[in-house]
Amino acid sequence: MPTYLEFETPIKELHDQLEKAKEISAESNVDVSKTVKELEKKIKEKTAEIYENLSPWQRVLASRHLERPYTLAYANALTDGTFLELHGDRNVKDDKAIVGGFGMMDGETIMFIGHQKGINTKMRQYRNFGMANPEGYRKALRLMKLAEKFNKPIVTFIDTPGAFPGLEAEERGQAEAIAKNLYEMFQLKVPVICVIVGEGASGGALGIGIGDKVLMLENTWYSVISPESCSSILWRSWDFKETAASALKLTPENMLEQKLIDGIIKEPLGGAHTNPEEMFKIMKVELKKHITKLKELDPQKRIDKRIKKFCSMGVFHET
Amino acid sequence: MGWFKRNKEGILTPTTEKKETPEGLWYHCPDCKNVVTSEDHIANLSVCIQCGHHDRIGSEEYFSILFDEHFYEEINANLTSADPLNFVDTKKYFERIEAAMEKTKLNDAIRTAYGKTGGHNIVIACMDFQFIGGSMGAVVGEKISRAIDYCINKNAPLLIISKSGGARMMEAAHSLMQMAKTAAKLTLLSKARLPFISLLTDPTTGGVTASFSMLGDLNIAEPKALIGFAGPRVVKETIGKDLPEGFQTAEFLLEHGFIDLIVKRTELKEKLSLILSFFRN
Repeated sequence: MPTYLEFETPIKELHDQLEKAKEISAESNVDVSKTVKELEKKIKEKTAEIYENLSPWQRVLASRHLERPYTLAYANALTDGTFLELHGDRNVKDDKAIVGGFGMMDGETIMFIGHQKGINTKMRQYRNFGMANPEGYRKALRLMKLAEKFNKPIVTFIDTPGAFPGLEAEERGQAEAIAKNLYEMFQLKVPVICVIVGEGASGGALGIGIGDKVLMLENTWYSVISPESCSSILWRSWDFKETAASALKLTPENMLEQKLIDGIIKEPLGGAHTNPEEMFKIMKVELKKHITKLKELDPQKRIDKRIKKFCSMGVFHET
Repeated sequence: MGWFKRNKEGILTPTTEKKETPEGLWYHCPDCKNVVTSEDHIANLSVCIQCGHHDRIGSEEYFSILFDEHFYEEINANLTSADPLNFVDTKKYFERIEAAMEKTKLNDAIRTAYGKTGGHNIVIACMDFQFIGGSMGAVVGEKISRAIDYCINKNAPLLIISKSGGARMMEAAHSLMQMAKTAAKLTLLSKARLPFISLLTDPTTGGVTASFSMLGDLNIAEPKALIGFAGPRVVKETIGKDLPEGFQTAEFLLEHGFIDLIVKRTELKEKLSLILSFFRN
């Protein structure tokens, strides 16, 4: 049974009708092929209509859809199962909320790193809901350096509600771990591509988000804070999350318009979760396109451009 | 019969003859409750004479403490915040900026200046907490970025004095990217082999800690300053328990290996000069 979000109710109703029509046909041998076809068409139209008109808050909800593919799904699919997960930060432990490893994408070795959320309640807990501890960021950096040493491109998948705000995270230097990653990622000599595949919340996202190309999937968001926390801080209440989502201008279109990202990747109709196979195909095409282009540049040139791009961000007045 | 016999009547001075104490004449330490005259307190660099509590001070005070003969040249003073998103919460963002400018007489949450300290050339960027909680928006990012350019031009070391609640939410992703921007620029400062001293003062949290503040060649802090990534309230809510005493203080960070040393404000100039001479010689 697929899960439907509240704003997807009309789609769910059509799907229910479709199921019923199929049931009737199976029981009574009545020919329903015409109805089925019509319903399928309607579903497509309705889905397109809903997804083209999502409010920023609905976009946030879509980005959190429990059936969306996460990093491991992408890494496995893009590498035809050759992905080999590598664990640990060589210091404290192996963080479960950030995963990484090498894989072969159409004959080319790529380092994939990303946040990992769980696929069921137990796994969600195991993955700490995609909220990494400092070890996660340090593992990510270790793997990036490994990729750099052997001149392999890096792809990061970002999907986190934020870096974990726990006691031990503070003890082990959450802030330092993120800061260090920003600093080091600017100096990586290999191409780096970052893709927001779900939630892009704050420093927790940016900690693996410094790239030559920063891309966002269509139904994702990226900002300095989640709409809920923003509502609680600025409005002093949890009730303004929808208003906050609009005010933060966190959708991929908003982000591209503000020149804070480099591009948007289309998702299959109805979101990545409705057709993961299609999503993986689109992702592979995009990644290969960017990697090929980036490899044409001299490493120092790539670094200079990466630095320059981020340095041009921010709007201010000068009198 | 009562236990005590009142010898004098109650307060006899009529209200009209009451003498008013002028505001701000006395300083009352929030830690040890000691009372001294404001004059003495300021003369001691706003550090409690009795218990050593470091009161929050702004860029004006730090500049006058650190620059020789209080002489410095402010750079890029004319940058002010824009409102790229037309952000409105309970108040319009541009009104917040105007109100903050009016109240603090500052242009934004950071000032940058060039001068000498203990004879060494130096660029100092100092945050002002009074300006919207010292939050980092595009102006803070750009001024730090330009301060680093200035360092490279003048071959001067950099000191950033952090005092901030974190990123400025009203600039949303623009403020987030200032973390990246400042870190990017620091790679250039490193390449030029110029020292960067980061001084973390009370409070330094959020996106500021998670970017330039933790990237010093030396990270130093004022005693008992609150330093962290998540604020203590958020951590408390996350773990559902009371926080241990001294959690997220400068001493806590030193103990866990994230701070090189803690420096009292009264010794700051002297220690800074010493540090700069290590790098120079």
